[in-house]
Amino acid sequence: MPASADRPGAPLAIYVHWPFCRVKCPYCDFNSHVRDGVDQADWRAAYRAEIAWWAERVGNRPAASIFFGGGTPSLMDEATVAAVLAAIETHFGVTEDVEITLEANPTSVEAARFAGYRAAGVNRVSIGVQALEDDALAALGREHSAAEARAAVELAGRIFPRHSLDLIYARPGQSVAAWRAELDQALALAGEHLSLYQLTIEAGTAFHTAHRLGRLHLPEEDVQEALLETTWQVTAEAGLPAYEISNHARPGAESRHNLAYWRGGDYVGIGPGAHGRLTFDGRRHATVAHRLPERWRQAVLDAGHGRESEDALAPHIAAEEALMMGLRLVEGVARARFDGTAVARLEEMVNSDALDRLVEGGFVDVTADRLRATPQGRRVLNAVLAELIA
Amino acid sequence: MADPAHIRNFAIIAHIDHGKSTLADRLIEHCGGLEKREMTEQVLDSMELERERGITIKAQTVRLDYRAADGQDYVLNLIDTPGHVDFAYEVNRSLAACEGALLVVDASQGVEAQTLANVYQAIDNDLEIVPVLNKIDLASAEPDRVIAQIEDVIGIDAQDALPISAKTGMGIDGVLEALVQRLPAPQGAADAPLKALLVDSWYDPYLGVVVLVRVVEGRVAKGMRIKLMAADTTHLVDEVGIFRPKHTKVAALGPGEIGYLTASIKDVGETQVGDTVTEEKRPTAAALEGFKPSVSVVFCGIFPIDAADFDDLRNSLAKLRLNDASFQFEMESSAALGFGFRCGFLGLLHMEIVQQRLEREFGLELITTAPSVIYRMHMTDGEMMEIHNPADMPDPVKIADIEEPWIRATILVPDEYLGQVLKLCEERRGVQINLTYVGNRAMVDYSLPLNEVVFDFYDRLKSVSRGYASFDYHLDDYRKDDLVKMSILVNGEEVDALSTIVHRSRAEKRGRAMCEQLKDLVPRQLFAIAIQAALGGRVIARETVRALRKDVLAKCYGGDASRKRKLLEKQKAGKKRMRTYGKVEIPQEAFIAALRTGD
Repeated sequence: MPASADRPGAPLAIYVHWPFCRVKCPYCDFNSHVRDGVDQADWRAAYRAEIAWWAERVGNRPAASIFFGGGTPSLMDEATVAAVLAAIETHFGVTEDVEITLEANPTSVEAARFAGYRAAGVNRVSIGVQALEDDALAALGREHSAAEARAAVELAGRIFPRHSLDLIYARPGQSVAAWRAELDQALALAGEHLSLYQLTIEAGTAFHTAHRLGRLHLPEEDVQEALLETTWQVTAEAGLPAYEISNHARPGAESRHNLAYWRGGDYVGIGPGAHGRLTFDGRRHATVAHRLPERWRQAVLDAGHGRESEDALAPHIAAEEALMMGLRLVEGVARARFDGTAVARLEEMVNSDALDRLVEGGFVDVTADRLRATPQGRRVLNAVLAELIA
Repeated sequence: MADPAHIRNFAIIAHIDHGKSTLADRLIEHCGGLEKREMTEQVLDSMELERERGITIKAQTVRLDYRAADGQDYVLNLIDTPGHVDFAYEVNRSLAACEGALLVVDASQGVEAQTLANVYQAIDNDLEIVPVLNKIDLASAEPDRVIAQIEDVIGIDAQDALPISAKTGMGIDGVLEALVQRLPAPQGAADAPLKALLVDSWYDPYLGVVVLVRVVEGRVAKGMRIKLMAADTTHLVDEVGIFRPKHTKVAALGPGEIGYLTASIKDVGETQVGDTVTEEKRPTAAALEGFKPSVSVVFCGIFPIDAADFDDLRNSLAKLRLNDASFQFEMESSAALGFGFRCGFLGLLHMEIVQQRLEREFGLELITTAPSVIYRMHMTDGEMMEIHNPADMPDPVKIADIEEPWIRATILVPDEYLGQVLKLCEERRGVQINLTYVGNRAMVDYSLPLNEVVFDFYDRLKSVSRGYASFDYHLDDYRKDDLVKMSILVNGEEVDALSTIVHRSRAEKRGRAMCEQLKDLVPRQLFAIAIQAALGGRVIARETVRALRKDVLAKCYGGDASRKRKLLEKQKAGKKRMRTYGKVEIPQEAFIAALRTGD
């Protein structure tokens, strides 16, 4: 029986992971690898094969969104992107208004491929600008200058119907005033969407080592808080309010693909290390592919897919995940979400004493159909979640 | 049975590190008690912990056969005594089993406080003291200065002190000869009724309770029915023997002899150090003098860090007690720490040793509450209560006054650190009794409240004197003072495990220190947390753990869900060990850390 039984015909999201980078950025802990001479034809074949396998597995469900993430997807040949999209169209089908996003680095070399990506069907780019100051870009290990980034964004604006920029803030030594000025520039440059991330020290990165050795200092918590508040306030005033902790858009211009993650939609992961969530047999299932590119490709060659594991999530785990993802959204999490995870009522899932305290403390709102974190609650969401699920 | 005229019973008195155990090893080796290959360093300190810390907990004994220069064979019994102030009474009983003692002094370090206390005990027991200058081979040795110091401080003639090096074996012959020539032979008639001193006892998994005795008069042999006079119990002797140092059966022990007996005794608690052993059907007329039952002086709560270890902790305590009847325990429960035991000890070191043995030999992870002493609460209705657990403190309005135990302490310290040491003693409410100089070292006597000493005094003393101060004490008397129970409150609720009884003048400083410490240990949460120290209803110190300002993941997409959820699960697992105080839950770890750093 195909895995689509619970949601026959329902659109889903497809994530495609391109695992290669030219260099590894010192802050990034994503599944990215630096390799010489990636044979794009071989990789195209592998992606095509895995797409066909997954389509077989999930049955008749079209893609409402496709997202090329990485690694650095803008290192993919235009033909590779086209081949992947063609395979998805063939095996899954796509909805009429499908959102197809590709993450791109704003170097001039990569920007030169924008037109080809557009021709292949990409209709949205998410550009990893990261900073609009050359010193900061150098400190972040980026290969582009601020001027190159601006040029790439402007070009993207002409080529793609939709585009978004990523920036990293709360960088070492960054003041609220400096960030505000940079954010104003970003807003002037932005189209309809901005992803603004506070710098996080992740294990296994170069920054992690530097941080541990005391060579890199993040701003104090109070400064981080002020930076977050400023970001929320300035973007709202500019008409791109936060709709998630770090994502800001003109109303209606949100990333539909990412909303699918936060709202608990189903998604298929294609490519090395890609994760998926699929609901069938009354349970939500988590899938993970082999992380190492070569291993994944070999698995696809051998078995037609690179899936390493597929586990049915226990209802309480699925519900925890629903809360963890859903409370990141300003809209919060719908009570209906808990039906699909076999926890019928929100109150059964969460610690009710904690919920009362959180409501009283102004960290969450409960309405007839939703549970929502207030702005105050979203600032400290980790602690809110720990209270709720414990 | 050996001829008393050819027996010499002796102890070795020395400060830690001055070479007592090494000298004992050399003596055993010289007399062929063990083959060379059987010699491990410090044979006598058989417990791992003793060996490691270079101190002796149980008294042990070894019988040496020595052919002296006069051509005659002698039996030399060495009793190795506990080397710490907490075991002063055990030391005293060990010394009472001897006719003489080697006073071992490091030839460059000189006399230390602990040595002093023990040598005075030896003099009180009328022992012949033979001074020995060890480590004479070191370049820093100053024999003349140390001899002068011994004469000055201890007041004994040290002109014929024996220069030795226990490490190299130099001078060991001279020590053995001095024992034969300078120590008196034991007295006592073999046909008199049995009178023997119970020197020590321990539990042996094969033999049961083993009792170390010194026969004063009469004889003891297998098959005899003996009576422990203080315990008022009788037992049939299964076996008697001596230590060479391995235990070796003999037919009987006679006057002057030191050896062991076993008599199917189940509980080491029945065999109290200092008791008199006699024969049931022909008892001695009078018991030996000086018997004192052991008394716990210092108390603390011991809790398993993992609540699941509670039963293990109970079993381990019971096993330890098999071998050490001098500590007590009873169950207690704490809102902050769960179930554990309230334990009583002879002193601070004894407490530390028991804790370490529990952790080491039984593999338990433990947390202990602040050490306490026994307070005498005189109630308004005329009753008197002895309290050592702050949780048991009665309502203050019903207390007329409170007395606390005081000690007399002797501290020897190089002149340059004297100022710091005096300052420390004054801070701890000490009253100076005497201050004298011995060369460039000061010897200062203080009267101090014991509750100030159990609270990190040793550590502070070591630190202000860079380890050069030595310290000894004995319990002196009870004195009335202004003592109060200090509670630590989290969001207005008392954390029972952190309550202490303190002197009012010291409460604020200690309360502030505890609050500051907790402020750093209690994890920040969604709500601000008030941490207070209070005397009754009055808050004397306060700190606030600020509410979290920002704590949220910047990124969480489809590929992050699993990993980030696992982090949440971890946080959730941590919450199992939390207790609620007002609106917040505090992890037990915070209190555990506070108790650890407060040591």
